[in-house]
Amino acid sequence: MSRVRRRPSFTTVMLVVGLLFLYLPMVVLVVYSFNASRLVTVWAGFSTQWYAELFRDRQILSAVWTSLKIAFFSASMAVCLGTVAAFVMTRYGNFRGKTALSSMVTAPLVMPEVITGLSLLLLFVQMAQLIGWPADRGMATIWIAHTTFCSAYVAVVVAARLREVDRSIEEAAMDLGSPPVKTFFFVTLPVITPALAAGWLLAFTLSLDDLVIASFVSGPGANTLPMVVFSSVRMGVSPTINALATLIILAVSLATLLAWYLMRRGEAKRQMLLQQTDSA
Amino acid sequence: MMPSRIAGFVKRMQLGKRAVIAFPLVWLTLFFLLPFALVLKISLSESAIAIPPYGPLMEYADQTLHVFLNLGNYLFLLSDSLYVAAYWGSIKTAFISTTVCLLIGYPMAYAMAQAPGRWQLILLLLVMLPSWTSFLIRIYAWMGILSNSGLINNLLIGVGLIESPLRMMNTQFAVVIGIVYAYLPFMVLPLYAHLTRLDNALLEAASDLGSRKFNTFLKVTLPLSMGGIMAGSMLVFIPAVGEFVIPELLGGPNTLMIGKVLWEEFFLNRDWPVASALAMVMLLLLLIPIVWFHRYQSRELEE
Repeated sequence: MSRVRRRPSFTTVMLVVGLLFLYLPMVVLVVYSFNASRLVTVWAGFSTQWYAELFRDRQILSAVWTSLKIAFFSASMAVCLGTVAAFVMTRYGNFRGKTALSSMVTAPLVMPEVITGLSLLLLFVQMAQLIGWPADRGMATIWIAHTTFCSAYVAVVVAARLREVDRSIEEAAMDLGSPPVKTFFFVTLPVITPALAAGWLLAFTLSLDDLVIASFVSGPGANTLPMVVFSSVRMGVSPTINALATLIILAVSLATLLAWYLMRRGEAKRQMLLQQTDSA
Repeated sequence: MMPSRIAGFVKRMQLGKRAVIAFPLVWLTLFFLLPFALVLKISLSESAIAIPPYGPLMEYADQTLHVFLNLGNYLFLLSDSLYVAAYWGSIKTAFISTTVCLLIGYPMAYAMAQAPGRWQLILLLLVMLPSWTSFLIRIYAWMGILSNSGLINNLLIGVGLIESPLRMMNTQFAVVIGIVYAYLPFMVLPLYAHLTRLDNALLEAASDLGSRKFNTFLKVTLPLSMGGIMAGSMLVFIPAVGEFVIPELLGGPNTLMIGKVLWEEFFLNRDWPVASALAMVMLLLLLIPIVWFHRYQSRELEE
């Protein structure tokens, strides 16, 4: 019996090469975060001293807290705004202002950050002159900026889900006399909850990650984590930043693993239910 | 009695519907559209030593309304070769990076779409995961890899292939690597979405009719995935043109890009009107790609 081994196709090879390209730099960061030497390029034995240094760095710790707060509130507001936008786009047919709305929902996805940041700063400056608010730029202005660009991503994720959902359930509820608001909260919302969760997480990571827009619209009061990291990285490679990077990669990987597990379990459950209904 | 109650109900529904539409429409108009009008306004004003650092556009004095439209900022952009070079550099770098992304991303997305079902989700998560970690830190990773005393040079010298380190940091090459690395997932994702929707029956039909594999790819797969190619390319090209972080960290004095010039004009020179004019011209250059992307995306959004 001869075993025929299929030669891996060109595309499979490219997929492996592409994934290596994506992951090797991150592996390098993680490995060198445990390097004893301050020189990032010379290996001088295993050490966890940079983690200790990271947790003593008050500036970084307070920036982490600021960023987490902004990301939490931005993601929450972006989910509200993005979901309503997606609902209006997919369920309301044609209405006045639809083209304007759909342009304003998709444009932030590709708009260069320097333009978004500059334009929002000019708005806040003008508003401060006209109505006296915001007198100080800081967390509130970053929150508005992040909510605005994150809501576009949420809208895309939620709209994709809304298109898949079977509309006949919503129509049945309406036919039975359920008012639109009630139908939305008790029929539509439960089916799109996974998309809302995905949209929230996406908005959260986008907000946590943004440097350029936050730099424009922030004042002296609020330093986000990317702003602190950027000013440190500009000076060159530093092992403390490697330690921080490792923790971020770890957190994101765990969250992804959890999401994968939940999705797989959901899929398995659905399969089981299908089998049961088949045999019944 | 009845008809009027129904009319009232319909009216209330209409009102509620309008309120629902108004929420995102007003927010986005206020915080996305209006700011662009302000950028246009300030690009036409004169730079001044004041807070905020620009002059007024209109003044009312002696019963006459004076309107100042200062085109000087735009003429200044044209007269200084630095700005023209920066726009050209941005577009060139973004174009090269987009092409490289497409050449790597297309086969990746193809392989993902052909993979067995239970693998697809895992591969998708693997491609997306890097983009959920910090952008800044992923660019930073390349600083340690590409620098003169970095990983690649150490490796090559260690093996004995080269004597002195290759200069890779602060070059165009480094900027392209950075952009490709950061934006590759955004290329793969829409391509994958299109390629999974591809009907296998079409490919089988082509093969049954005697079409060779490569020919089928050219005549069937490629045209059907054109939407994904366009969307992915725009998702890479447009932000790459305005990129600031990558040229700042990986680029050098020879890699002029407009995002970085705008940043410096704004934060270092504090010349808000010139920065605004730079933004307006960049927006004008990107208008066609943005409209293209919007057409594709709204089709996706509305069925």
